[in-house]
Amino acid sequence: MTQDGTASSRAARHGVSHPGGLRVLLKLTWIELKLFLREPMTIVFTFAFPVVLMFVLGEVFGNQPGGTDERVFEGVGAMNYYAPAYIAVVTMSVGVIMLPARLTDYRSGGVLRRFRASLVPIWAVLGSQVLAALVLGVIGAVLVAAFAAVFYPVHFPDSLALLAAGFVLCSAAFAAVGTLLGAVMPSPRAAQGAGLMLFFVMLFLSGASVPMEVMSDTMKRIGDFLPLTYAVDLLQGAWSGGTWDWTAALVLAGIAVVAGVLSLRVYRWG
Amino acid sequence: MPPVITVEHLRKVYGHHVIAVDDISFEVERGEIFGLLGSNGAGKTTTVECVQGLRTPTAGKVRVLGKDPRTHAGDLRGRMGCQLQESRLPDHLKVWEALDLFASLAPGAVDWQTLIEQWGLAEKRNASFSSLSGGQRQRLFIALALVSSPEVVFLDEMTTGLDPAARRIAWDLIEKIRGRGTTVVLVTHFMDEAERLCDRVAVVDKGNLIAVDTPRGLVVRYDPLEQVVFTCELPELEWLEGVPGARSVTRRGRRVVVEGTGALLVHVAAALVERGLAPDDLRVIEPSLEDVFLKLTGHLVED
Repeated sequence: MTQDGTASSRAARHGVSHPGGLRVLLKLTWIELKLFLREPMTIVFTFAFPVVLMFVLGEVFGNQPGGTDERVFEGVGAMNYYAPAYIAVVTMSVGVIMLPARLTDYRSGGVLRRFRASLVPIWAVLGSQVLAALVLGVIGAVLVAAFAAVFYPVHFPDSLALLAAGFVLCSAAFAAVGTLLGAVMPSPRAAQGAGLMLFFVMLFLSGASVPMEVMSDTMKRIGDFLPLTYAVDLLQGAWSGGTWDWTAALVLAGIAVVAGVLSLRVYRWG
Repeated sequence: MPPVITVEHLRKVYGHHVIAVDDISFEVERGEIFGLLGSNGAGKTTTVECVQGLRTPTAGKVRVLGKDPRTHAGDLRGRMGCQLQESRLPDHLKVWEALDLFASLAPGAVDWQTLIEQWGLAEKRNASFSSLSGGQRQRLFIALALVSSPEVVFLDEMTTGLDPAARRIAWDLIEKIRGRGTTVVLVTHFMDEAERLCDRVAVVDKGNLIAVDTPRGLVVRYDPLEQVVFTCELPELEWLEGVPGARSVTRRGRRVVVEGTGALLVHVAAALVERGLAPDDLRVIEPSLEDVFLKLTGHLVED
């Protein structure tokens, strides 16, 4: 290379051809997506577990409206009740199980140091996780919906647009919660433990598994504090009735903003 | 030509009491291999981490290619390559994906296919990071440090964990990197590595820089005595003390050791020939960097 060539490539390096943050973000997202898919935890909790639970619930309750009891499932068929609920569960699983384990692992293991030494911006690291989580959530949600549609006569969502909007909102809220957990938990094991506990508490107390109508008052009161309760409400409204539950939406948006801002403040390079 | 790296009165204190770096100043010239030599905990890694912009100095001035690495990190993107002592990649990340990712972070990156061959990782290209051996990980990190075709590259304990054969290969490659005009900052606690590779060595001890020179210069300055050794049956050797440059003559069993400076070997040889002696094991033992280090710091590097 001539002296001129070297000089001009150096100049270009610091000028306009500087790789955009967006390109780095997309590249990292693609890699993160592949990494998540190589992780058994993802396959189990995001893809297999929700479908298995759907199968059990479907076999027990069928999909006849009021088929088992007039008072449960808000008057819709059990599977029309559960399909949107389990889409919400998928977004929760990605948020509270996948993200915290990944983020604590990166921080404590020196992966972040490695990225930082190459000047990868922290927002790109966090952003790629969240984007990859969103894509995983979409795959998981499609699996749940497809399973319900193929094996049980669930109806088509009354409002696909509201369902999609709700899905994005749920994903954002749980991604923010997961990122915050990833920022405060000291180790991957601690993060995984906390994530699994949140997962099961929410799974059983938010109306996603046990219908609200048969829950005790205590269970319901606890459920009022769980983000998944609002996620389930929001997606069920969109699925059956095509309505938008503003209370649920606002609560989830609030969680997304507060947890998101907090985690950006708390998360530190290793 | 301005120096590639300038460090002036660098100081780094962790918490309130732990002085990792007390007061260190040095310059690294373009195209040289500059070594930071010291025992574990001497402050070498903290020093390079401040230079890389990974840590904020408590006091002092650091410039890399004329820029402050803390405030002008973006200007240094891709111009600086780092192999960190403690870092990892995601377990499931494959070798080629890591190279591809880090190449995409900087424009003007070299073709990583070449690097993968050079660093002996070709048959591991589809292996995940967690499945690599210590030496393979080390080589991958060095390749990652070079993928942006940087102007200056930092190698922190790069041969730790490599077997002797891999070390030799690594040394050859480092010399090739320098041969292309890249400045290399080498952090090491291996004397032989510093002696073999470095154009200049800075000896770091307890957070201070106690000497900077070429390996040979350090030896000449701090431990100039060399030894000429041979086997000889003659009981009386006082005549050897008159040899130019000789300081002392000692007999150790059948071996005779003449210690001194200058062209000692030639003068001893001439004196021997004059006496009709021709020992077939006459040789010179030069002081090593290790001797100098011991003299300068008062302790061995492994301590």
